[in-house]
Amino acid sequence: MDPEGSQNINEASQAPVLEPGHTLSSVTEKISSIVLGRGTTKGWMFGFAISFALLMLFNVAVTYLLVKGVGIWGIRIPIAWGFAIVNFVWWIGIGHAGTLISAILLLLHQKWRTSINRFAEAMTIFAVACAGMFPLLHMGRPWLFYYLMPYPNAMWMWPQFRSPLVWDVFAVSTYATVSLLFWFVGMVPDLATLRDRAKNRPARIIYGVLAMGWRGSAVHWSRYETASILLAGLATPLVVSVHTVVSFDFSVAIVPGWHSTIFPPYFVAGAIYSGFAMVITLAIPIRKFYHLEDLVTMRHLDNMAKVMLATGVIVAYGYMMETFIAFYSGNQYDRFMIMNRMTGPYAWVYWLLITCNIVIPQVLWSRRVRNSIPILFVVALVVNVGMWLERFVIVVVSLHRDYIPSAWGTYMPTRWDWATYVGTIGLFLTLFYLFIRFLPMISIVEMRSLVEETNEEGQAK
Amino acid sequence: MSSNPNTPDPKIVDLAAVRAKLAQAGQNHFWQSLEELSETKEYREFLEHEFPHDTAKNPEGIDRRDVLKLAAASAALAGLSACTKLPTEKIVPYVRPPEEIIPGRPLFYATSMQLAGVATGLLVESNMGRPTKIEGNPEHPGSLGGTDVFTQASVLTLYDPDRSQTVIHEGRISDWSTFGVAMADVRGQQSPKGSGLRILTETVTSPSLTAQIRAIFTQFPEAKWHQYEQFGRDNVRAGAKLAFGKPVNPVYKFDEADVIVSLDADFLTAGAGHVRYARDFSSRRSMESPSSNPNRLYVVECMPTSTGAMADHRKPVRASEVPDFAARLASELGVAPSNGASPALQGISSEWTRAIAKDLQQHRGSSLVVAGEEQPARVHALAHAMNAALGNVGKTVYYTDPLDANPVDGIESLGDLVNDMKAGKVDVLLILGGNPVYDAPADFDFGPALLNVKLRIHSGLYYDETGELCQWHVPATHYLESWGDARAYDGTIGIIQPLIAPLYEGCHSAYEITALLGSDPGKSNHEIVRDYWAGQRPEKEKAFEDFWERSLHDGIIPGTALPAISVSARSDFAKPVRAQAPATATSSPDLEISFRADPAIFDGRFANNGWLQELPKPNTRLTWDNAAMISAATAQRLSVTTGDYVKLQLNGRETKAGIMIVPGHAENSVTLHLGYGRRRAGKVGTGPGFNANFIRTSPSPWAATGLRLEKTGKQYYFAVTQHQYIIDHQGHGSEEASDAAFHRDLVQVATLEEFRANPNFARDPNEEASRGLTLYPGFKYEGYAWGMSIDLNKCVGCNACVVACQSENNIAVVGKEQVMAGRAMHWIRVDTYFRGGLENPEMYYEPMPCMQCENAPCEVVCPVGATTHSPEGLNEMTYNRCVGTRYCSNNCPYKVRRFNFFLFSDWQTPSLYGVRNPNVTVRSRGVMEKCTYCVQRINAAKIRSEEENRAVQDGEIVTACQGACPADAIVFGNINDPNSRVAKLKAQSRNYSLLGELNTKPRTTYLARVRNPNPEIHE
Repeated sequence: MDPEGSQNINEASQAPVLEPGHTLSSVTEKISSIVLGRGTTKGWMFGFAISFALLMLFNVAVTYLLVKGVGIWGIRIPIAWGFAIVNFVWWIGIGHAGTLISAILLLLHQKWRTSINRFAEAMTIFAVACAGMFPLLHMGRPWLFYYLMPYPNAMWMWPQFRSPLVWDVFAVSTYATVSLLFWFVGMVPDLATLRDRAKNRPARIIYGVLAMGWRGSAVHWSRYETASILLAGLATPLVVSVHTVVSFDFSVAIVPGWHSTIFPPYFVAGAIYSGFAMVITLAIPIRKFYHLEDLVTMRHLDNMAKVMLATGVIVAYGYMMETFIAFYSGNQYDRFMIMNRMTGPYAWVYWLLITCNIVIPQVLWSRRVRNSIPILFVVALVVNVGMWLERFVIVVVSLHRDYIPSAWGTYMPTRWDWATYVGTIGLFLTLFYLFIRFLPMISIVEMRSLVEETNEEGQAK
Repeated sequence: MSSNPNTPDPKIVDLAAVRAKLAQAGQNHFWQSLEELSETKEYREFLEHEFPHDTAKNPEGIDRRDVLKLAAASAALAGLSACTKLPTEKIVPYVRPPEEIIPGRPLFYATSMQLAGVATGLLVESNMGRPTKIEGNPEHPGSLGGTDVFTQASVLTLYDPDRSQTVIHEGRISDWSTFGVAMADVRGQQSPKGSGLRILTETVTSPSLTAQIRAIFTQFPEAKWHQYEQFGRDNVRAGAKLAFGKPVNPVYKFDEADVIVSLDADFLTAGAGHVRYARDFSSRRSMESPSSNPNRLYVVECMPTSTGAMADHRKPVRASEVPDFAARLASELGVAPSNGASPALQGISSEWTRAIAKDLQQHRGSSLVVAGEEQPARVHALAHAMNAALGNVGKTVYYTDPLDANPVDGIESLGDLVNDMKAGKVDVLLILGGNPVYDAPADFDFGPALLNVKLRIHSGLYYDETGELCQWHVPATHYLESWGDARAYDGTIGIIQPLIAPLYEGCHSAYEITALLGSDPGKSNHEIVRDYWAGQRPEKEKAFEDFWERSLHDGIIPGTALPAISVSARSDFAKPVRAQAPATATSSPDLEISFRADPAIFDGRFANNGWLQELPKPNTRLTWDNAAMISAATAQRLSVTTGDYVKLQLNGRETKAGIMIVPGHAENSVTLHLGYGRRRAGKVGTGPGFNANFIRTSPSPWAATGLRLEKTGKQYYFAVTQHQYIIDHQGHGSEEASDAAFHRDLVQVATLEEFRANPNFARDPNEEASRGLTLYPGFKYEGYAWGMSIDLNKCVGCNACVVACQSENNIAVVGKEQVMAGRAMHWIRVDTYFRGGLENPEMYYEPMPCMQCENAPCEVVCPVGATTHSPEGLNEMTYNRCVGTRYCSNNCPYKVRRFNFFLFSDWQTPSLYGVRNPNVTVRSRGVMEKCTYCVQRINAAKIRSEEENRAVQDGEIVTACQGACPADAIVFGNINDPNSRVAKLKAQSRNYSLLGELNTKPRTTYLARVRNPNPEIHE
């Protein structure tokens, strides 16, 4: 019951996943009151207003895009993919942490995941929503997006299944569907809790509808558990497959810097890396503003930092192997590509990427750094930036000088590129603000199951 | 309506005020800058009074969107007149009789297009009465089937919505009959002598127009005929006069020449007969086997040109030093007396000169020395003398009577006119074509002088700088709308027959305008031309009908080539050669400027042609602008770099320009192309570039020293489609891109010696190794398998293919801004690579259409199957299916795909509908496009052959690029047929694929370049 317990415990890895002293009702009360009791605070309004303004910027950018065409962006020949694809890969990557936390860690019985999995999953869904915008918007004729789907039509035309973009359509849509289902199914008991605790009638009705008649009977619980495990089982391969397929967009092509067998593992690691960075980026302020330090403890932050460190090292290995193979293969185009990355017009981006993704995160080896919330927050932000730069290097820097020197060119994003990018951040944050305002951002059910455990641990101490 | 010139016009008073103002401003005030002058209140008042509707300033920064908007508005009128009117007179198609037009089947008619008076014979494709595409006329000696950029793009000018459409009198719309009344007045007033009547023409080679003009002079004996054209070959005439005493016309036979020396002559892409010359020249460069004997070309030039790029030895030399080099070469050949120490020439050793002289002497009778049209008379005279001394006359060069009917020196002739105008001797000036207010030498002050003329009449395609200063402007007919005749480079006369009735009621040809002054006004130009020939020919009635039809059909009048005449060189011509021998190159780095015709818009007449404006110029790849082009070392010395916006001052005159560093340019010299900085060209042409005419004066029209260059501190941004060099601020260049091209074997090149030692030098062993390494089963090409071969040894980089492709395939013009953004739409581009230092690199051209890979990387990545493989091996684009992911472009190693980032095609301007090829889809926004090997032509030929139950014959399908190529460098055909021309070319040892090791199996392959350097020259 020591209020300063978290500060006193140096060994964050030994810290409990739920601060001791919570009872079943206190957990329920604490989480549900954020939605039901707290009301709309000024702080929330302020943050939401900014996010919503950015979302409106996105609307403007998209409207202008649809009116004029993709020429408003900086893309050109030979750099026919620019910010849109960079952002797509970045957002998809960010989503991965949520799935990893909710599915793989569930299957691995990592109890610490419980308090972060709900908003990590929300993050996944919102990130996928942002990501999904880009492949649509970047098309020359987005209104014909359905040509990429296999649908029966009089022309007997099907998508061209050899194209990784078609695989992408399946991978991303499957991912979005499974993630949404998983998130929603997991939330049903909590929605029922909110329904039961809601004071006003509209809230009761809405939560009631969403709770789908949950009454907490044993049969319900049994089916709920089965569904969770099944969905977790479904989602698990997606953690690996989605970004693998996204990496095929590049590795199947023959562009030097894209055409590489290391891409699938290196993309998956990078995705988890950036995803955990984003979870940390979100968890730290939420934990602070909603006083959830006892639910999202230092143990969580420490574990996530470790995952980041581990995946960061895999990513670093990817960079090293890319460079090594470029020389070892004796392929002059690959060699030129690497040299151009390191010394060409975009060398500063490459070295900034190395700094952000490899050099700076090494501070996480230190436990003190992992326990320092401000530093951890900064490192997480740096990794977010670094992973964005990585995609920029892969997409733009590889394309800008490929085989035929006469066709070389340089890429410069326009204000509309930035507006669209910042706009999707607005979309993401807007959805996230709505989420924390109207839905239980931590799984009440799962946290309750932890109460007993932590209390036992606390007593043992 | 018509003002009586005898009564004092109140406007003259205003004019006097303007003159007073001008006089007041003093000597340093140059009127040539019209903008400047128009700022004076009096002048503005005058203009307003004189041309009431015209005081609005031209839009300054004009972008593509504005062009579209304005074009749409102005095209409303264009739309009213139908585009499909056939001429009312009987015209004769080239191939098939016109009993009926079969919808969907184009007809071809022979005609000729003149440039600076010299005609190139053409076959023009007509779709339902609309001329849409220009091809060369294989039977015309000036073409032999080839064309150039100007002829290819001319069809766009026909449909230009900015063309002048109605007769304009004093700024108001008038009509032809009113003009006819005015001309009748002129006739009445000028009778009987016509001492106040002046006719100013461009170069006239038309026999019938000449006859008409001459008839006027019999009527008005004191009238005068002045002739001025910026590129009117004044120096060729002057040189011939110097050498032979008369202005004979030299005709070259490059196919007979083993050794060629070009003294600043860009004979492959500019000047009289260049289309034919490119064909003749390249015919000596088809290296079928190691035993082939190619020609050898030496070039001494200032600005790197296409001809320079084809040289086996090239030296950059200032334009003003070319005479020195010519003198030295002549003295080595024993032609001109070497007067002691010949001046040292920067960069040219005497060994080099001597080696050339020796080479020439070893090829007596099969060598050729050519002088550039911009070089002074001396150089021409020396070239004639050298050719005579080498026994080349009658073999590689012969002389004919001049092509032009009035072989006068243009600048002199215009100078006389200006003097007369200033002296008030000119009552009526009839300007038939040309734009002297824009392009006359600056010291003539042509504009103000023109205002002294009481009645000024202008005929031109555009209501341009000259038109707006004339009381009468009569829109001229385009050559595709009017009858006429013109001489080719060798004198052969071609009949110009119209493909379409004039698009606008107001348009009339020079023939009709001249007829108004003559004895029978009102004759149509068909009658004028036909009657002239009826009078000339011995055949009468039916026989004449046959002759006429045959001439129209063939496009030429047989037997009209000018015969070779024997000329004897005057003995004294060598003397003035070195009268003054200034020690030019010793120390003083006096900056020189040389003026040249723009490779795309010529003297400015094509300024409003979007295809030409957007055409990347040879070597510089610059579009939409001219530039002050200098060498890297000079740039460094002057501490300027590409993009610096500078003032160019020459003898107190000034213009501004952006600097562009050009590898291989001569030191201490600036080249500025003419034709840009137009003030009244139209929505496309008004604005871009810098007006070189502001500082070009009559004493030194082509090269002048004493140029001062002053930085303004501002930057100018050029739209360049290919950056071969990355040049830093100190002027140091790194040749990253070009280097990479050679490392990657994109340009395969060997010397003749190396080629003979190893004929297979271009083969890539990695390519063979990678064959068969594919997951997908190969295609079986059982019927036709289309392929293309491009001979880098022949390609002269003239860009004709680029414009031909644009015309054939309805390729959009995107504008300067979009070119800068990397979105030019050309389906074929002429890649240019340099090898060697910045000072004098070797230059290589490589035309890049789609490679039509058999294992096409674009096809597998398209998610919707919009780009697919045809059974004949084409990579086909289905525009309807394309959703625009652009993945195919990323995955194309050759980057030949083009994307419609915006709605680039002009869907709004009705007059531009006419120029479109009806067999090619006009692309919409958001779809990818690319070279199709002109699939519409392939299919047309296949349908025809199937109707006739036979196979498509070799040579039956000619792609647009191939058809346009003057050098015969591009060959297309069925590679499944081992006897086809393309299959045989591909079987040559020089054949290689680009990036063959990627296993793309390109159908377009290249024949490697073989240089033929002089073994005695070691560099």
